[in-house]
Amino acid sequence: MSVIWTMIAKRLGLGVLTLFVISVIIFGATELLPGDLAQNILGQSATPETVAAFRKELGLDLPAYTRYFNWLFGALQGDFGTSLANKRPIADLIATRLGNTLFLALYAAAISVPLSLLLGILAALYRNSIFDRTVNAMALSSISFPEFFVAYILIFVLAQSGLFPSMSRMDATVGFGEALYRTFLPALTLTLVVTAHMMRMTRAAIINLLASPYIEMARLKGMKPMRVILKHALPNALAPIITVVALNLAYLVTGVVVVEVVFVYPGLGQLMVDSVSKRDFPVVQAVALIFAAAYVLLNLTADVLSTLSNPRLIHRK
Amino acid sequence: MTDLRSQNGLSRRGLLKGATALGAAGLILSASVRRAMAEPKRGGILRVAFASGNTTDSLDPATWDSQFVQCFNVARNATLTEIASDGSLVGEIAESWEASADAATWTLKIRSGVTFHSGKTLTADDVVASLNYHRGEESKSAAKPLVDPITDIKAEGDTVVVTLSGGNADFPFIVADYHLVILPSSEGKIDPMTTDGCGAYVLDSFEPGVSVKMSRNPNYWKTDRGWFDGIEALAIVDSAARQNALITGEVDVIDSVDLNTVTLLQRAPGLVILPVAGNQHYVFVMDTRATPFSDNNVRQALKYGIDRQELVDKILQGYGSIGNDIPMGAQQPYYNTELEQKTYDPDKAKFYLKEAGMDSLSVQLSVADSAFAGAVDAGVLYSERAAAAGINIEVVREPSDGYWDNVWMKKPFCASYWGGRPTPDLMFSTAYSGGAPWNESFWDNARFNELLIAARSELDDDKRRAMYWEMQDLLANQGGTVIPMFASYVMAHTDKVGVPEVVGANQGMDGLRAFERWWFV
Amino acid sequence: MTILINLFWIAVAIAVALGAGWLFRAATIALTRGATARMLRTAPLTAGFGMLVILIYVVVALFAPLIAPYAEREVVGAQFLPWDATHLLGTDNLGRDMLTRLIYGARNTVGIAFATTALAFTMGSILGLLAATVGGWLDQILSRIVDILMAIPSLIFSLLLLTIFGTSVTTLILVIATIDSTRVFRLARSVALNIVVMDYIEAARLRGEGLWRLITREILPNALAPLVAEFGLRFCFVFLAISALSFLGVGIQPPTADWGSMVRENAALITFGDVTPLLPAGAIALLTVAVNFVVDWMLHRASGLKE
Repeated sequence: MSVIWTMIAKRLGLGVLTLFVISVIIFGATELLPGDLAQNILGQSATPETVAAFRKELGLDLPAYTRYFNWLFGALQGDFGTSLANKRPIADLIATRLGNTLFLALYAAAISVPLSLLLGILAALYRNSIFDRTVNAMALSSISFPEFFVAYILIFVLAQSGLFPSMSRMDATVGFGEALYRTFLPALTLTLVVTAHMMRMTRAAIINLLASPYIEMARLKGMKPMRVILKHALPNALAPIITVVALNLAYLVTGVVVVEVVFVYPGLGQLMVDSVSKRDFPVVQAVALIFAAAYVLLNLTADVLSTLSNPRLIHRK
Repeated sequence: MTDLRSQNGLSRRGLLKGATALGAAGLILSASVRRAMAEPKRGGILRVAFASGNTTDSLDPATWDSQFVQCFNVARNATLTEIASDGSLVGEIAESWEASADAATWTLKIRSGVTFHSGKTLTADDVVASLNYHRGEESKSAAKPLVDPITDIKAEGDTVVVTLSGGNADFPFIVADYHLVILPSSEGKIDPMTTDGCGAYVLDSFEPGVSVKMSRNPNYWKTDRGWFDGIEALAIVDSAARQNALITGEVDVIDSVDLNTVTLLQRAPGLVILPVAGNQHYVFVMDTRATPFSDNNVRQALKYGIDRQELVDKILQGYGSIGNDIPMGAQQPYYNTELEQKTYDPDKAKFYLKEAGMDSLSVQLSVADSAFAGAVDAGVLYSERAAAAGINIEVVREPSDGYWDNVWMKKPFCASYWGGRPTPDLMFSTAYSGGAPWNESFWDNARFNELLIAARSELDDDKRRAMYWEMQDLLANQGGTVIPMFASYVMAHTDKVGVPEVVGANQGMDGLRAFERWWFV
Repeated sequence: MTILINLFWIAVAIAVALGAGWLFRAATIALTRGATARMLRTAPLTAGFGMLVILIYVVVALFAPLIAPYAEREVVGAQFLPWDATHLLGTDNLGRDMLTRLIYGARNTVGIAFATTALAFTMGSILGLLAATVGGWLDQILSRIVDILMAIPSLIFSLLLLTIFGTSVTTLILVIATIDSTRVFRLARSVALNIVVMDYIEAARLRGEGLWRLITREILPNALAPLVAEFGLRFCFVFLAISALSFLGVGIQPPTADWGSMVRENAALITFGDVTPLLPAGAIALLTVAVNFVVDWMLHRASGLKE
């Protein structure tokens, strides 16, 4: 077990390093983007003088490295600063949106992960049957449609008839049950988007093992097919499945800006895209770091679980 | 034919109105406008979905860049003057105003008894501080070029005296700009981030990029405005989501209808499409300093190579009218009605190309949908039609992100738009006079510049008109801007919302004042 | 009632599809001989159908100018014309022939998607297998780089890169392929990690087999199945990436027809019950299903299962 703890400690250390590198990359990329906050806020109304005055007020006239280190120094002390564009504390801007993003991600994950594991196992069990083909074709069709398109179809079918609201507006007064109801359509959209990937990987990983001698042996012993899969194939197929599940969970946290836009859901993705387009660098940084941290943690969890699922990896020579 | 007649009729009426508006300072609401607004009643929470609104929006009046912030801040505040629904000018915080003989010094009388939401009484000092915020070296305001001609501004009792660097008969129109709202001041400075205001609605909450909640100001001084008990404005950037919110009854008004689906939206029961023909125009602009656009023959060829009617039909779905390369709506005062309307004519385009010594021409046209909705498609159509005249236009889609600082006024041929200005002087000096910061075509015509200054302080209306007509001729036949279409503001609302007969056309959402002018039936 | 009618038509479509798949399989078996024919005989009907669809797409893509009734960018009439004899699928928002746009879209979209996926897989799987096999510092460095790249949300990252480098087709392919390859890398590495601890790899190492041989001969064949499955999905994710990018305003240059952008341009119509956007979306879906049916069959063969 100590192998696992060393691994976790090592990976957490590396995670911090990753976050640091990402903050440099994001800063560099926002610097490379043409234009700055002053120009983007003023847009068509910008004149050289107003842009210069704006820059001076926000400290954008300072050299890039000075601005970066000022930010880093603050961030290390837990102060992420204020938004350059609207002067609000970034912690306030992010707090509710982070909650919303996590809520939607968990909601979608709670539906899609069990669903795709179940469908994947059943598809592997009844491989090449009508059931397998149908589930596959449906899953594949659902991911062939872009997210916003799936969302529009769901709005057309489920919102225009009045069953569910077409907007998932959230504020502090919304209770848990009401929140589940309001965010049902975005959660369903995301489920349709991520299920196929996880379900197909489950199916593929299990089928890949079914010709192994030990499975053959279990079958020859007269074990029931379902039991063979659950007891012998699944535990050994877990590594790739966990990897894909972690990837999709990370996606649910970080990649749902399009769904947020269509359902008017105030999450972090919208904040990030808006801030990138206005070059509001401290906000971009803060959101990017949250996304990165979520990813690093999920990834770490996936690796730990994969390792635990394969004793050979623990006792690697 | 019908079209032409109605344009003439409109413009004659516009001329008369313009003349009164400019001649007599301090007009009050005309009787016809009052009648049009008959029978509104109080009550209800108006829910409006906007196509704009960004998480970076702020309360600072220097930065109001989208209809979302503009609309709710105008409802929270007030400007010195207001452009009425019919395009004329009426007083708001300024009760009346008068100019010196050379139109270079303006004295504005500040309305008494106006209070801010906080209870503070609005004074001339607040006006001075609010305007000063946008002036000077340190100003980062988008409205700075508007107030730059002001050399001095001071409070004298209940009046404010403004001195300009030169005569300008249109000065009262300038202070109707939405940036120039009056905020409470202390010690000569305003707090730009204040939530206070003196308008019809009190700001309850503002979540940038999400929503705004406002409630009626019980002490509002206008008795015939501000009918709703409250306002809820939402930012719904996705056009399909916005229309769905209207169809499913989750909002009452949407500020911008996706024209691609407007015919389908029309069929939904209980909805009203509200198109308002205004001065907003979409343009393709050439850098007149760069080859080949420095040759006027090339510019003329490009103006004849565009099928204006097709653009109005396909990009605007008919919600607009064709342009004649003049940045003024046909209903505006001083519109040149005798100028020949340019139409799609490949032969003429070829003729001008030959004059320029060319058989064919290849140019790149930079577009993005942030220039105007449908700009990419408009560019594609332009390119298809111009090909018949031997003009090969390669349409380059630029990233929407950062379009205004990377492409606009940088690339030699690109798409752009203008909301239009209430007077020709404002429009011409903003975008067409030599050396103006937003002269996007870098056109510098000596005769045009000279006429512009002369007309600004000319108080004889006939002479002024003659000058403006000549300037429009110069623009249309020598300028670097192709203005193929005027786009109506197309809004939609449920039939429960009451809308005045005449809706303001100077900007979207009833000149940004729908919150205070509209009501529930 | 409408649901029943729809179900009926879906059933008819499936029957026709399977019939076409059977005919196609029969035809190819008749036309080939030896090992290929034996292999094809094992193909299920769905795989036959998949191969037929892929073949049709490839033919359409290759001979687009010959098949399409009009030129790619030609404006042929008013916008949103209904389906009729001259314009089989009507016209789009600018009055271009919809069928023509779809046919040219096959060429552009499939070409770009294939190039991108192939590039992503070459980069991702080679590096992933290498990292797993060699281990140590190489694995550490590559994994950390990939971690960093993956930790930045892909849509926003590609938006950043495309804004910086411009949106030509080449940059589009390179950017999406790079971002995709990190996903492939992770999968390849995690699959290979399970393989390199197997006894037969140990044995191969002890035999003194070279690194390249070890990867290509011993590890790759055993890691192929999940990689192939991933290929089928990644392929269609490229369409989605292009579509999402055009949602955010960067994508393929007009007037080039591509399905992702066509879905985006017409998507709002679906909320009014208009089926136009289903055409390009359906074209993507059909190809995805077809590719993955073939992939399933290959997966099945790779697994060595007899039934």
